Amino acid sequence: MQDFGAAFGQAFALILSGDADLLEIIGLSLRVTFSAVALACLVGLPLGAALAVGRFPGRMAAVTVVNALMGLPPVVVGLGVYLMLSSAGPLGVLQLLYTPSAMIIAQAILVAPIITALTRQVVEDLHGEYDELLRAMGARRLATIATLLWDARYSLMTTALAGLGRALGEVGAIIIVGGNINHVTRVMTTTIALETSKGNLSLALGLGIILVGLALLVNGLVMGLRSSAARLAYA
Amino acid sequence: MHDGLQRQAVPQAAAAPRAATGIWPLELHDVSFAAGGKALTDRLSLRLRPGTRTVVMGPNGAGKSLLLRLIAGLIQPTGGTITLGGRPADAAARRRIALVFQRPVVLRRSVAANLRHALAVYGVPRGERARRIDALLALGQLEALAGRPARVLSGGEQQRLSLVRALAAEPELLLLDEPTASLDPQATAAIEALIGQAAAAGVKIVLVTHDRGQAQRLADEVLFLHRGALAEHSSADAFFNKPSSAAAQAYLEGRLLL
Repeated sequence: MQDFGAAFGQAFALILSGDADLLEIIGLSLRVTFSAVALACLVGLPLGAALAVGRFPGRMAAVTVVNALMGLPPVVVGLGVYLMLSSAGPLGVLQLLYTPSAMIIAQAILVAPIITALTRQVVEDLHGEYDELLRAMGARRLATIATLLWDARYSLMTTALAGLGRALGEVGAIIIVGGNINHVTRVMTTTIALETSKGNLSLALGLGIILVGLALLVNGLVMGLRSSAARLAYA
Repeated sequence: MHDGLQRQAVPQAAAAPRAATGIWPLELHDVSFAAGGKALTDRLSLRLRPGTRTVVMGPNGAGKSLLLRLIAGLIQPTGGTITLGGRPADAAARRRIALVFQRPVVLRRSVAANLRHALAVYGVPRGERARRIDALLALGQLEALAGRPARVLSGGEQQRLSLVRALAAEPELLLLDEPTASLDPQATAAIEALIGQAAAAGVKIVLVTHDRGQAQRLADEVLFLHRGALAEHSSADAFFNKPSSAAAQAYLEGRLLL
């Protein structure tokens, strides 16, 4: 317990010192996470909306698959991306393995099904309300999807938040494709795993505190924005 | 702004009716619609012409709202055909038809943004939209509410927005499904005034209502539906003074139609 308390003290001291290595790790973590979530949103938002609005054979099967993919094991995704990006793999020529780009790709693959599945649910609910109006107006499919995505934007922030939570805390996939290389691909979660295994609890705890703090901050901002929107009846 | 809408927005000029175009006459030929094995309309045939205000009446479940949805193309008949200008109704022709629902559906946007969205869907060039929005806001007396979220408006204000949004399409036919069903007299009067302006500008009105007073104020002719069939199609004068069907007579006398 004494060690634990001391570790906490050192962790706070480390945070307050503004250690350059620590800042680099935090910066890379945020870059990888936000890039992955943005990429996943680019794919997942329109795909989820299309699944909500579209009526085509196999739609239910597609919805089931997307829902199932929300539980993708990170290490399996990491392995898959590793095989694709390794020098013997089909995308090996890009030489992305052990780079932040590979980590972004892996995280985006993990997050995209979450964004897609939750978007489908949110948009489907709103579509139930708007469907007859938009059809009576003669809105085309793309215009309908754009309308629904825009009007569901505050609810979709929560969707993105769920993806962000998954990405921010992810370690299994990015440690495989990133390799946890110091000053290159070392991020908060991989550092926590490494430092814990080395017994350096202060750095691990310091990063853990920052990680939780960041998650709380982003959640707080989004929920605040959503509450304001709800008060104005935009959400 | 399009000439048609200008006529609606400027009451003094509202008397000049627009020229009838390709959707007339609108005809239903033996139109049936069944759901769950139950026939909701049964071989309905009728012909609508421009220039008159048609009020659709009948007891609950008679098929009034269903008739509007069939005409608007929101549901497809399970039997028979609907023709516009002698041709089967297609998407292009149906863009000349606008529908206002009983419960207004407004987007999660400001009043002005709701109108901007409608104009975009109707294909109005971006450069014209601001001017059109101003005219529509004036038409609906919604100028002071332009920046407010549409969903916080009162029921009457939301319905006025729905109505001017429908008029943004510059329709030849405006279908209204009990647009004042839950409104107070003041809000009802505002909606009826807008309907009157649209009709004076040459927009054909087909209005579903349970309100006999409203029907008498607005109707040139009445369609009376009973059990999914057309029981009577006559002038308003004839319908209210000398209904030809027993069902219509019972309805007007306030007897329960089972």
